[in-house]
Amino acid sequence: MAQPLVKKDDDHDDELEYSPFMGIEKGAVLQEARVFNDPQVDPRRCSQVITKLLYLLTQGESFTKVEATEVFFSVTKLFQSKDTGLRRMVYLIIKELSPSSDEVIIVTSSLMKDMNSKIDMYRANAIRVLCRIIDGTLLTQIERYLKQAIVDKNPVVSSAALVSGLHLLKTNPEIVKRWSNEVQEGIQSRSALVQFHALALLHQIRQNDRLAVSKLVGSLTRGSVRSPLAQCLLIRYTSQVIRDMANHGQSGERPFYEFLESCLRHKAEMVILEAARAITELDGVTSRELTPAITVLQLFLSSPRPVLRFAAVRTLNKVAMTHPMAVTNCNIDMESLISDQNRSIATLAITTLLKTGNESSVERLMKQITNFMSDIADEFKIVVVDAIRSLCVKFPLKYRSLMTFLSNILREEGGFEYKRAIVDSIVTIIRDIPDAKESGLLHLCEFIEDCEFTYLSTQILHFLGIEGPNTSDPSKYIRYIYNRVHLENATVRAAAVSTLAKFGFMVESLKPRITVLLKRCIYDSDDEVRDRATLYLSVLGGDGTVDTDKESKDFLFGSLEVPLVNMETSLKNYEPSEEAFDINSVPKEVKSQPLAEKKAQGKKPTGLGAPPAAPASGFDGYERLLSSIPEFAAFGKLFKSSLPVELTEAETEYAVNVVKHIFDSHVVFQYNCTNTIPEQLLERVNVIVDASEAEEFSEVTSKALNSLPYDSPGQAFVVFEKPAGVPAVGKFSNTLTFVVKEVDPSTGEAEDDGVEDEYQLEDLEVVAGDYMVKVGVSNFRNAWESMDEEDERVDEYGLGQRESLGEAVKAVMDLLGMQTCEGTETIPLNARSHTCLLSGVYIGNVKVLVRAQFGMDSSKDIAMKLTVRAEDVSVAEAIHEIVASG
Amino acid sequence: MELPPKVKNILLLDSEGKRVAVKYYSDDWPTNSAKEAFEKSVFTKTQKTNARTEVEVTALENNIVVYKLMQDLHFFVTGGEEENELILASVLEGLFDAVTLLLRGNVDKREALDNLDLIFLCFDEIIDGGIVLETDANVIAGKAGINSTDPNAPLSEQTISQALATAREHLTRSLMK
Repeated sequence: MAQPLVKKDDDHDDELEYSPFMGIEKGAVLQEARVFNDPQVDPRRCSQVITKLLYLLTQGESFTKVEATEVFFSVTKLFQSKDTGLRRMVYLIIKELSPSSDEVIIVTSSLMKDMNSKIDMYRANAIRVLCRIIDGTLLTQIERYLKQAIVDKNPVVSSAALVSGLHLLKTNPEIVKRWSNEVQEGIQSRSALVQFHALALLHQIRQNDRLAVSKLVGSLTRGSVRSPLAQCLLIRYTSQVIRDMANHGQSGERPFYEFLESCLRHKAEMVILEAARAITELDGVTSRELTPAITVLQLFLSSPRPVLRFAAVRTLNKVAMTHPMAVTNCNIDMESLISDQNRSIATLAITTLLKTGNESSVERLMKQITNFMSDIADEFKIVVVDAIRSLCVKFPLKYRSLMTFLSNILREEGGFEYKRAIVDSIVTIIRDIPDAKESGLLHLCEFIEDCEFTYLSTQILHFLGIEGPNTSDPSKYIRYIYNRVHLENATVRAAAVSTLAKFGFMVESLKPRITVLLKRCIYDSDDEVRDRATLYLSVLGGDGTVDTDKESKDFLFGSLEVPLVNMETSLKNYEPSEEAFDINSVPKEVKSQPLAEKKAQGKKPTGLGAPPAAPASGFDGYERLLSSIPEFAAFGKLFKSSLPVELTEAETEYAVNVVKHIFDSHVVFQYNCTNTIPEQLLERVNVIVDASEAEEFSEVTSKALNSLPYDSPGQAFVVFEKPAGVPAVGKFSNTLTFVVKEVDPSTGEAEDDGVEDEYQLEDLEVVAGDYMVKVGVSNFRNAWESMDEEDERVDEYGLGQRESLGEAVKAVMDLLGMQTCEGTETIPLNARSHTCLLSGVYIGNVKVLVRAQFGMDSSKDIAMKLTVRAEDVSVAEAIHEIVASG
Repeated sequence: MELPPKVKNILLLDSEGKRVAVKYYSDDWPTNSAKEAFEKSVFTKTQKTNARTEVEVTALENNIVVYKLMQDLHFFVTGGEEENELILASVLEGLFDAVTLLLRGNVDKREALDNLDLIFLCFDEIIDGGIVLETDANVIAGKAGINSTDPNAPLSEQTISQALATAREHLTRSLMK
């Protein structure tokens, strides 16, 4: 690694680029290291050689085993020198060489001697070196000295022993745990650092003993800790204790909050920050608890120190995600940070403002951002674009100015990731806000006119093919698409041909003209483009009977019914022969869902790239999965799939969750099962459902899972019939039945005969909310007024005592399963009343809008006035029934 | 979150982003090329900024990096994204001030390379395996330098002008706080 540096030096003026390590070379230095063996040690020379060795290591050079051993052996000879400077370097190089356990023997006696030396510096360093290189058996031999060192009167020695203890705890916990008395003493030390290290070690020793940790925190919070670092640690431990207590169901006044709050007045800024952050991260923090923390962070925002500003804005940014209203007080300070020299601070300030801003400030904010965008790096821009996307979903009315902003930055210079983020955002906005569709598509069309990224061009062309034909004037897109056929590379040309064909198929009036365009593509230089053109020409030229129409439509717009992975394996296994490849032979079952998917659930796929990636989650994925199973094909269109509901506790032998799929006259339960026992293979996995508490449902069929190996999830299905279009509710109890086979973990082979067994799962309920789909409206007021006032149903409900207004709002939202509109899901802090706007589609495709007004009195009793408008009066009444019974 | 504050690495790079001395305490960058890639991105992200008077800070690849520049030397301290920035900053300030003391106010690449042993010792006294060992610059410099290999020029025998320069530096810093 030293080489390039040296070459560079040679090119430059030697005077300027002088370095004592010029021309350094490993071989030569290793030669030089022989001076360590001289009978008369020259400390100065030896130190220099060690520095050179360390320099080589730091530059990324590595020594072979033989080289390292040789250096190590000769270095050990240097213990005979009394020079303290040299000894320090010897300690350093021994740590870097990390000798193997059989070599360590050679230095242990020297180091043990130093450990008991009169020179403090020797004692401290020898401890650190020794603890770094020894193993458990040697440790028991020196344990006595280490315990002594912990209570040494010199703080440096004591810290060295405590820090070494922290490292050793990972490898030899049982030994270190015996030191707690000495460590306890260290906490009382007058030295700030010793106190810090002792506290860290004592907590690590006791971390699995909840009671002991809570006692430790309890005694220390009364104030004997002087070191700011130790105080920071104590704050971290305190919030851990608070979290634990909450998890174990201890309610009432939050313990230790007073302590955290008092730390906000500490004189060390690092403690203030730590405490403020701890408060903002408390589970279910209330606005009253939050206020003092926000106040100190606000002061930090105008500090001359960039680190403080960064820390404050970063914390507030996080708070803004959950409590946007709490942060609004800081908006003025935040706005002045947009012009901060430090771009990281500026970006965080902007994204925070985007989260906390209200509808009226959007335009002003966008103006400020426009100036800012030109001088920040792409990675910051991506963060801003993402924030704008969520803003647009929150305030659909503002889509015009946000869309203009996105299209402007799309035209400017930028790398692939940045452009993709913008395109993804525009696509999301088009999907979520129907009004934005036409202008958004035009912006995308303009973009592909001059787009250097093939991937983005093809994705946009595909998207155009799906959305474009349904617009008011599809013909205006044709020019943009056909231009691609002239100007682009083969991949984009092929994509353009497909898109043209989709327009031709969907828009009858364009068909003849598109046929002409496609005919020109037959002379393209690329095979794929020609093939596609020919194929689509024959599809478009069909005789127009209903049957072929449907087939062509499936062909153009349908998705591949088999998972791509299975398709790939089948194609690879296919040997060219007389028999043609049959797509029906490809297995349709999704073999193994990655475990990571569990975490991704509930995340709506956004943008272009996302949907195909997740095969079996999300609505599209479920729809595809279900339609691939022949038994379910006749049920018609899938109305709604619920989020997975866990039917087992975490960490049980078999993990099962269920997804409820609602069809017009059927309900399908999809049981996702995971076997977490490596020694078992489960076969014929089925769920027996008792529907005695669900009168309107009758079981039609079930589909067992043939085999469930360890750690690869599989699905079993049970189907119920219910009256068509009726939101029937009921409770189902479930039992998992299966045949267990022992698996030999070494070979992975299962034994032949198994044992039948069953496993009780938790109950499952179908509730009214399952029949409601979240569908947003872009302008609630317009939608509301367009519904007939005659069909309005109003009623008032008492919701009883609640902790906060937010809790009540959330309960109602969960019950109804509707989409909140215009950002009304966020409730101002301290608010005593709130209005929530909800929209959705009820089974039978009935559009429903709800206006829920909440009010809270001084005793925290909450009342709600619920106004429902629906296209069907009976549905409006049904909504009231849901609320009344829930 | 790792409960005790953790430092992932300390970097001392020159004005071209090349290593003068670096020390890693985390397995986040297992190979030398991964380390170099990280150093390169840290360097490019921060080189245009002005961090000569105050410690600056940025976020990079789920890490928080605090940094300070002096002449042709760039000092960096990296911690995880959950880490308290001010603790990292105090480590950096401790390092920077200790190096200033040890190099007697001449903080530049040439002086640093000439006294690389002191720099290595300095690193060793600030962080032990990722855990903060000491942040007081005087203590660090004392431990790393008091028995320096150059016994002719111990700290106590700084020339008057150098001592004044150091003092001035400290005064300005305390005023700016």
